[in-house]
Amino acid sequence: MGHRIAVTINGQRYEAEVEPRLLLVHFIREVAGLTGTHIGCDTTSCGACTVILNGKPIKSCTMFAVQADGCEIRTVEGLAQNGELHPIQKAFWECHGLQCGYCTPGMLMAGVALLERNPNPTEEEVRRAISGNLCRCTGYQNIVKSILRAAEMMREGAGVASGSPVGSGSPAQ
Amino acid sequence: MSATLTESPHRVLGQPIKRKEDPRFLTGQGRYLDDIKLPNMAYMAIVRSPYAHARIVSINKEPALAVPGVLAVITGEDLEKLGLAWMPTLNGDQQMVLAVGKVLFQYQEVAAVIATSREAAYDGAAAVEVEYDPLPVVVDPFKALEPDAPILREDRKEKTNHIWRWESGDKAATDKAFAEAEVVIKEKIRFPRVHPAPLEPCGCIADYNRTKNHLTLYVTSQAPHAYRTVLAMVAKLPEHQIRVISPDVGGGFGNKVPVYPGYVVAVVGSMLTGRPVKWVETRTENLASTHFARDYHMTVEIAATREGQVKALRVHTVADHGAFDAQAVPSKWPAGLFNICTGSYTFEAAHVVVDAVYTNKAPGGVAHRCSFRVTEASYLIERAMDILAQELKMDPAELRRKNLIPADKFPWKSPTGWVYDSGNYHHTLDYALNLIGYKELRKEQAEKRARGELMGIGISFFTEIVGAGPSKHFDILGIKMFDSAEIRVHPTGKAIVRLGTRHQGQGHETTYAQIVAEELGLSPDDVLVEEGDTDTAPYGLGTYASRSTPTSGAAAAMCARRIREKARKIAAHLLECGEHDLEWVDGRFQVKGAPHQSVTMQQIAFAAYTNPPPGLEPGLEATFYYDPPNLTFPYGCYIAVVDIDKGTGEVKVRRFLAVDDCGTIINPMIVQGQVHGGLTEGFAIAFMQDIVFDENGNNLVTNFTEYMLPTAVETPRWETAHTVTPSPHHPLGAKGVGESPNVGSPAAFVNAVVDALSHLGVRHIDMPITREKVWRILRNAGIDE
Ligand code: FES
Ligand code: FES
Repeated sequence: MGHRIAVTINGQRYEAEVEPRLLLVHFIREVAGLTGTHIGCDTTSCGACTVILNGKPIKSCTMFAVQADGCEIRTVEGLAQNGELHPIQKAFWECHGLQCGYCTPGMLMAGVALLERNPNPTEEEVRRAISGNLCRCTGYQNIVKSILRAAEMMREGAGVASGSPVGSGSPAQ
Repeated sequence: MSATLTESPHRVLGQPIKRKEDPRFLTGQGRYLDDIKLPNMAYMAIVRSPYAHARIVSINKEPALAVPGVLAVITGEDLEKLGLAWMPTLNGDQQMVLAVGKVLFQYQEVAAVIATSREAAYDGAAAVEVEYDPLPVVVDPFKALEPDAPILREDRKEKTNHIWRWESGDKAATDKAFAEAEVVIKEKIRFPRVHPAPLEPCGCIADYNRTKNHLTLYVTSQAPHAYRTVLAMVAKLPEHQIRVISPDVGGGFGNKVPVYPGYVVAVVGSMLTGRPVKWVETRTENLASTHFARDYHMTVEIAATREGQVKALRVHTVADHGAFDAQAVPSKWPAGLFNICTGSYTFEAAHVVVDAVYTNKAPGGVAHRCSFRVTEASYLIERAMDILAQELKMDPAELRRKNLIPADKFPWKSPTGWVYDSGNYHHTLDYALNLIGYKELRKEQAEKRARGELMGIGISFFTEIVGAGPSKHFDILGIKMFDSAEIRVHPTGKAIVRLGTRHQGQGHETTYAQIVAEELGLSPDDVLVEEGDTDTAPYGLGTYASRSTPTSGAAAAMCARRIREKARKIAAHLLECGEHDLEWVDGRFQVKGAPHQSVTMQQIAFAAYTNPPPGLEPGLEATFYYDPPNLTFPYGCYIAVVDIDKGTGEVKVRRFLAVDDCGTIINPMIVQGQVHGGLTEGFAIAFMQDIVFDENGNNLVTNFTEYMLPTAVETPRWETAHTVTPSPHHPLGAKGVGESPNVGSPAAFVNAVVDALSHLGVRHIDMPITREKVWRILRNAGIDE
C-alpha cells in the first residue's frame, strides 16, 4: 500500500514510505518533523500551511505527499541562514507583523515567494499576494508593512549586513 | 496607589520594544499543541451528530473496533458508568460530555474513537454505527418560548426552554421617565451569532500515568489553572496530581476559555488505553461545536427631551444560548456585564431584562473579544443613540457631546450600578472629530448627497468595562477572579516572572517584562516571562475579557514593588545607611543628596544571596495576588467613513479612525497591533459574518468558505490614535485594550452605512450588512443604478 517518495526540504532529502492519502503538510510536519508549517482549516482557505514548492507558494494541505515526490520544498525553518534571520523575518519582527504567530510561517513564505518574483511590489500587490493567507490577529496592516519593509531591506542588501541577531529585545524603530 | 510612574531616564514603560517572543515564531520554533508528540501517543476522533435533535436508538461500536489500529470506542453510556457523562458548565448548568439518550445540536459529540494513528481514528469514527430517531427541532429562540414548543432539556426539573431571566436597574424609575418623556425611540436590533475562530483550532493531549495517578494535560487554553480545578472537580483526580500546560496558543479570542467535551473524553481515553491521547479538532468541529459568540435579539428604547437630553433606557433581550447554558461568565452575572449598556452617557434611569433560551444549537455566547457581553451592550447603545439623533434631526456628534459624562463627574455611578473609574470623554470626542476632519466630511457628504452619491459617517463612543475583577463581584465556580505574579531575581540580577494569565498573541512576554524591568531598574532583556504551566505559575484565572494588564499586569508591578522594598533593606546594608536615607532614582537606590553613593539591582541581587544583612532572610523573590479594587473602564471614539456603490450595494470603508483611551500604555506598538486586529474582527462582524441554521437545525456555516474572514484585500486601512486618562486605581494607570476595537467598531460601521442611507428613510440595518441587503434597500427606494 505504501509509496516510497523522496522530497527535498530546505536542502535536506527526506525519503519515506507513505500512505497515498497522506497530505503533504502532514509529511512535512510529522515525517520530516518540521512543525513550523501549520494547519488552520480543512478547505484550502487559510494559508497557514503555505510552503514554497519548486519556487512557487502552495498550500501544502491541498496536495498529497506522493504528488510532491522529487520536489524541492522550502519551509519557514529554511529562511534563516547560519543563525542570521532572513530580511523578511527581521522586517516582521521590526514592524510587529505577527501576534499569535500561527499564520506567520505561511505569511512569511507567501511574502518570500512574492519578493522573489517582484522585488519592488506596491501595497496593492502585497495585499493581493497574501490574500490566500488569513490572519485573525493583526488586521494585516503590519504584515503588509513588514513585507514592504523586507522588500526595501532586500533591495538595499541591508538585511544581510545589519540585522539584529536572534534573541535580542532591543527597541523597534 | 498613585498613577505616577517612577521618574527615570531608565524608562522602558511606554516604549515600542520589539517583542521578545517573536524570534521563535519567526523561525518556525513556536510550540503549539499539535506540534507536541509524545512517545506511544494515540489519536482521538469524535463521532458527531448529523441531527440537531434526535433520540439515540443504538450505537454499534463493533465495526469501528474492527478497523486496524483502533484501540477503544467510548460512548456516553460508557461515561455514565464512570459518572462522567455530564460536566458542569461555567454558568451553573450541566452539559453532556458525550450524548446520553439524545442529541441536542448538530455536530454534538456522540462517541470517540482512540487509535494508533490519526487516520485510523478517523476511519474508526466513520465506522461507528449510530441509529437516530429524529425529534422536532427548535431553531428560533422566540418559538422556543411558545407554550407548545418541544421541551429540549428533558433532564431538567423545569419543563421549559426558558433558562433564566435577569434584570438590572430600576423598573419603576425607568417606566416613570418613559411616561413623562417628550421623545421616545424604539428599535429591534440583533447582534448576529458569530464565532471567534482562532486560526489554530482547539485541541489537547491527555497523558495519564496510572502508576503515579498523575495527569498531564497539554491543552489550547486561555485559563490553565481554571482547567486544572475544573478537571479535579469533574474527573475526581486530586488537584496536585494534575498538571495543565498551555503551550503556545495560536489565537483564542475567548474560544479557548471553556473546557470542551473533547478534553474530558481524551482524559478518559488516556486512562483507558494507558497511552497519551491527542485530539485536535478540525475547522468544522471548531466552528460548529465550540463556543460561538453573541446571538442577542435586543429591543431598545430611549426616553429623551426634545432638545436631545437622554433620560432613561429600556432594554429587553432574548438570548439564544443553544442547547446548554455554557457561556463563560463570572458566576454572579448571568448576562455578563451587559448592563453597561447605558454606555458613555448620563442616563438617569435604566431597566435591562435578559431572557435566556435553549435552542437546538451549539452552546456558548460569551467569546470573541467581548468582555462578557460588553460588545452587545456597546453596539446597542451606540446604534440607539444614532437612531435618536435621526429622530431629533440632530448631528450624532452633537447628540453625543450633549450627553457624554462630563470629566468632573468621575467616578461616575451608572444607573445599573457600575462606578466608572476615569474619563475625559469630551476631550476624546473633540480630538477624534478634529483628527478625521469631521466638519469637512459632513460638507463633502452634503455635496455628494446633492449629486445623488452615497457617503456616510458613523461615530461610536463606547465605554468598556474590563479587568474582572474585584473578587467581591467576580468568581468562576466560586474561584475569585484575582490574578497573580511571582518574581524571582537571580544572584546575577536577571529575573523570571511567572503569571496566572496565558497570552495567545497579546505580547505578554514583552509587556510584563517591561513592567517588571521598569519597576526593578532592569533591562527587559533580563526579564523572562513564563505563563501557561500550572506546576510553575501562581494561581490565576487566565487571559480573556481584556483582564491581563488590569489584573496580572498590576500584580507584576505590585510584586516588583514588594521586591524593591526588600531591596531597599539590602541597599541600606550595602551603603551603610538607614533605609529612609535612600531614594529610588533612575532604576537604582541612592543616598539622598549623595547620588554618587548608589547601588544597582544587580548589586543588590548579588548581595541578597552572598551577603544579606544580618537577620534578613536571604534571596530576592516575591509573589503577589492582585485583587483589583474596581474594574477599569477603557473607552474610545471611533469614526468610520463609507462610500456606497449605488449599482452593486457594495460598501467601501474609505477611512476608519480609532481613538482609544486605555489609560497608561505599556507598549504602544503592541497596543496598536491589538487595535488593528480587533477592528478587523469588528469589520468582519459588521459586514460578513452570521452563523445561520436551516429549519432542521442544520448549521450552514461550518468552514472558512462559508464563515467569511476578511483577507488583506478587503480589510480597510486603520488609523489609530490615543488619549491617555490613567485609571486612578491601577498601580500603573493602565486599563486594558484587547477588546475595545471589537466592542467599539461594529456600531461605527453600521452607523456609517445607515447615515449614508438615512435620507431614504433607513433607520436601522441588522448586521451583517451584506452587499445584497444594501442593494435591496436601494432598489426598494427606487434609486437608479
Ligand atoms: S491548512 Fe488552511 S489552507 Fe492549508
Ligand atoms: S498572528 Fe495570529 S493568526 Fe496571524
